[in-house]
Amino acid sequence: MLEIKNLHATAGDKPVLQGLSLTVKAGEVVAIMGPNGSGKSTLAHVLSGRDGFKVTDGSVVYKGKDLLAMSPEDRAREGVFLAFQYPVEIPGVGNTYFLKNALNAIRKHRGQAELDAHEFLKLIKEKAKLVQISENLLSRPVNEGFSGGEKKRNEILQMAVLEPALAILDETDSGLDIDALRTVSDGVNSLRSKDRAMIVITHYQRLLSYIVPDKVHVLLGGKIVKSGGKELALELEQKGYAGFEAA
Amino acid sequence: MDTVTDPRTTYLSDFERAGKALPGLPELRRKAIEKFAERGFPTCREESWRFTDVTPIAEIPFKPAAGTANPNQFAGLANGALKACQITFVDGRFAPSFSSLDLPAGVGVTSVGEILKSAPGVLAPLLQIPDDPFAALNAAFFRDGAAIRIADGIRVERPIHILCLSSLHGEPYVLHPRTVISLGEGSRATVVMSFLGPSGGTYFLNAVTTVLLDPGASLDLTKVQRESQQAYHIERLDVRGARGSSFTHHSISLGARIARNDFNVSLEGEGAECSLYGLYEVAGAQHVDHHTSIDHLQPNCTSRELYKGVLDGRSRAVFDGRIMVRAGAQKTSAIQTNKNLLLSQDALVHTKPQLEIFANDVKCKHGATIGQLDEGVLFYLRSRGIGLADARRLLIHAFAGEIVDTVKTDAVRSQIGGCLALIAGGA
Repeated sequence: MLEIKNLHATAGDKPVLQGLSLTVKAGEVVAIMGPNGSGKSTLAHVLSGRDGFKVTDGSVVYKGKDLLAMSPEDRAREGVFLAFQYPVEIPGVGNTYFLKNALNAIRKHRGQAELDAHEFLKLIKEKAKLVQISENLLSRPVNEGFSGGEKKRNEILQMAVLEPALAILDETDSGLDIDALRTVSDGVNSLRSKDRAMIVITHYQRLLSYIVPDKVHVLLGGKIVKSGGKELALELEQKGYAGFEAA
Repeated sequence: MDTVTDPRTTYLSDFERAGKALPGLPELRRKAIEKFAERGFPTCREESWRFTDVTPIAEIPFKPAAGTANPNQFAGLANGALKACQITFVDGRFAPSFSSLDLPAGVGVTSVGEILKSAPGVLAPLLQIPDDPFAALNAAFFRDGAAIRIADGIRVERPIHILCLSSLHGEPYVLHPRTVISLGEGSRATVVMSFLGPSGGTYFLNAVTTVLLDPGASLDLTKVQRESQQAYHIERLDVRGARGSSFTHHSISLGARIARNDFNVSLEGEGAECSLYGLYEVAGAQHVDHHTSIDHLQPNCTSRELYKGVLDGRSRAVFDGRIMVRAGAQKTSAIQTNKNLLLSQDALVHTKPQLEIFANDVKCKHGATIGQLDEGVLFYLRSRGIGLADARRLLIHAFAGEIVDTVKTDAVRSQIGGCLALIAGGA
């Protein structure tokens, strides 16, 4: 589904990704672990098309297409979803209204009929139950005044509604207490499917006890320095990233 | 002749020629034109006109509006959602066929033109001539407008619509509507003033509006200004609120090449309150100016003011909001905010909130912001599949929504929403 080859990218003027290669297949949950400054968030931003990051070399092919040539909205319409580390607040824009606009833009792109307000309300209530988000958050402005946990749960709700083919979870565990972490992870797990790939970006092993990955990659200095199965995460937890510096 | 013509000449010679034929109040008109002659058009050297250059208004030789040969072009506009209780003016003249004045007891809506013919004396107390050249011009030349009187204790549920339509003429013309709204003790009313003109029309609409609120009266007044993009629009509004009265005003400013609003509210009785809301959306070479003044003269008065602006293209906006709290006006509460959203590098806003406080037990605050659409928020929306143009529109609507949502009249709120969609869509 996703083929990243020799990716070099800068954030501002600073080179961050320095030859990253990674393959993700449909149905896989892939964890990317790395310390601060290793390039985790840059990878998430480059894949979602954020301004301020420049790809200087390498390629990203998504479902046979050049992902880097697409606008952020086209990437989303083609099924790429980024769960933000820091979801933004949008005063004055209702959560439900926003998500209906998003889903209908995606459906339109796919040649599907747009949902009317009634159909959408039914759908979003169903999904809200799935990710255990309270209904009163649906009518409030997007993320405005939400707690850290509610913001992250709202990201997962969006993912549940938009049903992406490739979901990138950028430090979804940051700022969550253990209960919120469990709820969010349950939501993510309920969305695992054989057609959907997920890239779970995290600093800590903790999240991976809840969202058990098929593969773990260690990101250091802007490239993957080691790959393995889920047991690699535990090894990291014991040795720390220092053990991989030399590798 | 080589000399530059004095811009006052157009009006002075019009008055010379036709002043005698103007209906009623000859003495007042003569004093007013003298005031204008003495004062002349304002220039950018005057503090309150620093950022609004009225040279085009002064230099275009506007002719007195003669009225359109084809008023039926407006049949559609006159047939809107507020037609049930409506007084319509076409090119400044009362248009009975587009008006519906079937009113409940205690509600009087008539044309100022009728009053000038029958009993001009009743208008005289309302017509002090302020030190304002445009108001003076209006006093010299006005011949029509709406006069609304609500009797004591009467509560009018249905909005009263004052519709001012300006037609497309070959020659630039000027009109001076004069509106008087007076509410008796404990009465309540909603009034909507719509100014509409077809695109391409070059005219100068120079309005003066006077509002008098008796004790405990409550008025909700909404102005929707959608003049032609080539038109010049000036309105001076003077409001006097007695004890316990309440005044809510919206100024929705979307049209005109230059629009200038001078809104003055005097809270003259204890416990009077006012809420002033404004929304201006301008693009291209448009210029919009709001000068507001709220005068707290007595204790326990409350004022709230929120003005928001969206500017695109090379447009300009001015917000100058002055709040005066007089000595003795204790327990005053006043909040004033102006927020601006700039969509283009070339747009410019001058904002000047001012508080002048001469009492010591008051709660007052003011603030102004100027910003752009948040790139982070735009990216967030796009990352969910919403295209850039739609994302911008969504955010502009959200910004304007804070004002639009406070408009109580449904038909007006949805009309404004529709206009905003068009404007943001073109951005």
